[in-house]
Amino acid sequence: MISRAQAIGALLELLTDQPVVICNGFPSREAHKIADRATHFYMIGSMGNATAIALGVALAKPNKQVVTFDGDGNVLMGMGTLATVGALKPKNFIHVVFDNEVYGTTGNQPTISNVVPIDKVAKAAGYVNVERVRDREDLVYEFKDMLKKDGPSMLLIKVNEFAEDAGRVLLEPPDLTKRFMKAIE
Amino acid sequence: MIDSDAFVRAMQDMGVDFFTGVPDSLLGGIIAELIDRHLYTPAVREDEAVAMAAGAYMAGKIPAVLMQNSGLGTSLNTLISLNMIYRQPCILIVSWRGQGGKDAPEHLVMGEVMPQFLDTMKIPHRTLTEKTAVEDFRWVAETFMKQRIPVALFIGKGVVKGLHP
Repeated sequence: MISRAQAIGALLELLTDQPVVICNGFPSREAHKIADRATHFYMIGSMGNATAIALGVALAKPNKQVVTFDGDGNVLMGMGTLATVGALKPKNFIHVVFDNEVYGTTGNQPTISNVVPIDKVAKAAGYVNVERVRDREDLVYEFKDMLKKDGPSMLLIKVNEFAEDAGRVLLEPPDLTKRFMKAIE
Repeated sequence: MIDSDAFVRAMQDMGVDFFTGVPDSLLGGIIAELIDRHLYTPAVREDEAVAMAAGAYMAGKIPAVLMQNSGLGTSLNTLISLNMIYRQPCILIVSWRGQGGKDAPEHLVMGEVMPQFLDTMKIPHRTLTEKTAVEDFRWVAETFMKQRIPVALFIGKGVVKGLHP
């Protein structure tokens, strides 16, 4: 199994100027360490809301492909938003879920994604393309494919519990808002 | 009583171009108008609506979120750990259930503490009346632009025409 940081690295190599909303906790810290771009919106709070924030961007910018990097704990917390995405069906929406089956930032307490398959929930809710991958090669293949297709799409990546030694994002939150707004104008 | 159509027009005159939320009976007329005009994006929870509005704001929209005051409780963490710290404004159109202690039991506590609740969160608020409507809307627009945080407009019973007058 690959780590989340390896998965993030592979995804960021395939992305250029797409807005990317990244959930709170390690995903934001790791993405910031691997490649900090103005088109990244790093969350530090409001757990469970990454999908909804990205959905708001996608609805307001229908001609831009919008990506969100999410975690299993985050998706479970805001699971209703899978239904909203499935109902509204934004074509320009790609939802990446790093599923390590734990709340990594707070000390690896188990989530329930080992018994609740998030990808199947998304499919049932109305996501158009849904794939589950376990290695880098499949991840690259499926993500490239999703970038070419109309969504909404979900790529669920099974990752291990390893967390990169990545510090907190030190940019001031209001500056992050301004930077992201300018970058996706 | 303010007409729902006039309410929506006043919002649009302020530049609001993204409407989302979760329904309440007191807001039924406004939401019906928004749906008729294909302006409304329904959410399943109020915190989701607030987060969607934040995304829309960052993508260049001026967002409004409609909700029953119970939804303020549901939205609390999003409002303070997203909107307030990231300076992402939105207009909260909040129905004041339980105002004056006259409503179903589930609305009485929030109905009583709502203004203090928002004061504690440092979210500016004002209550819409028919007489002061023009000033109320102007205050909302100015507060949104100046402070860049959520601003709430409370709608009491019988202030805006509902679905069943």
